[in-house]
Amino acid sequence: MTAYTPTHVGTVTKYVIVESFEITPADLAVRGYEIAEGAMIKETCFGLVINGKEEEVDRIIAELRKADPDHIFVKDRGFPPGDARRCRANLGGARPGYHGIEHEMTVIPYVSYGLEQIKKRDASAIPHPENPREQPVLAIEKLKKLMEAQES
Amino acid sequence: MVKVFIYPATSLILSDMVARFGHTPLSSAVAIRERIQTPGLESPPLQITPEEPKKGLKWAAVEVPAGVRGRMSLYGPMVEAAEAAIIINDADFSFGCMGCARTNELIKFLLREKKIPKLDLNYPKNEEEGVQFVSAIKTFLTDLGGAK
Repeated sequence: MTAYTPTHVGTVTKYVIVESFEITPADLAVRGYEIAEGAMIKETCFGLVINGKEEEVDRIIAELRKADPDHIFVKDRGFPPGDARRCRANLGGARPGYHGIEHEMTVIPYVSYGLEQIKKRDASAIPHPENPREQPVLAIEKLKKLMEAQES
Repeated sequence: MVKVFIYPATSLILSDMVARFGHTPLSSAVAIRERIQTPGLESPPLQITPEEPKKGLKWAAVEVPAGVRGRMSLYGPMVEAAEAAIIINDADFSFGCMGCARTNELIKFLLREKKIPKLDLNYPKNEEEGVQFVSAIKTFLTDLGGAK
């Protein structure tokens, strides 16, 4: 058994994921480097990974979000950027957790559209989505029609 | 700020929405970070030690596989701390191995047993569903009150 000495203690790491026609990860990275005061910023194909003190990371993210608020998404990450236990460069193949992001990236354009629309529309006029736990009940009239169709 | 458990616990969309509307998302990254930043014995990649399945006994019986109990030591405290929950029901990508699948079932069961506000949704499949999805989450989180 080897003793484990953690690095980056007391810091947080967050993903900034860009799904925009107007902003690229490179644009955000440049802006991030400009305003960062000691945080580590890594540019990736889908956005940025930012590591640093919580207040500093939140400040940078709040500033970056202004570029395109409805198309920039943020999520916590457990590991610091480039950690050998998680980094694709060391492991080969997709990084664990990549597939989740890959799947949600197919849905994110609808969410971005939703974020844009709720500012323009009246909230009370937007119907509530179907509750997936509610089993649809067969209406009596429909059952009657089905029975009649079967009998005739 | 209300602590909102998100399911799937790794969801980018839910994590962002909860934080965007002023609350605290309880996601797996937070639990992993806690272990990664705590000194102890080397146990890569996630610093899950043989102690974790023992801690998991609080939420799963002893005959439940150690994989499920180990995972529950991450998620169990978050389920207990949760004051609200948003659950996406068609998150097929979170299936993983049987350990993940059974843990997911147990998490959903514990959340349903808990008397907290819950929002059940499916992923949107078109733009109009996207609007309904975002609107439902926003209304739910606003009604919780105490947003930052």
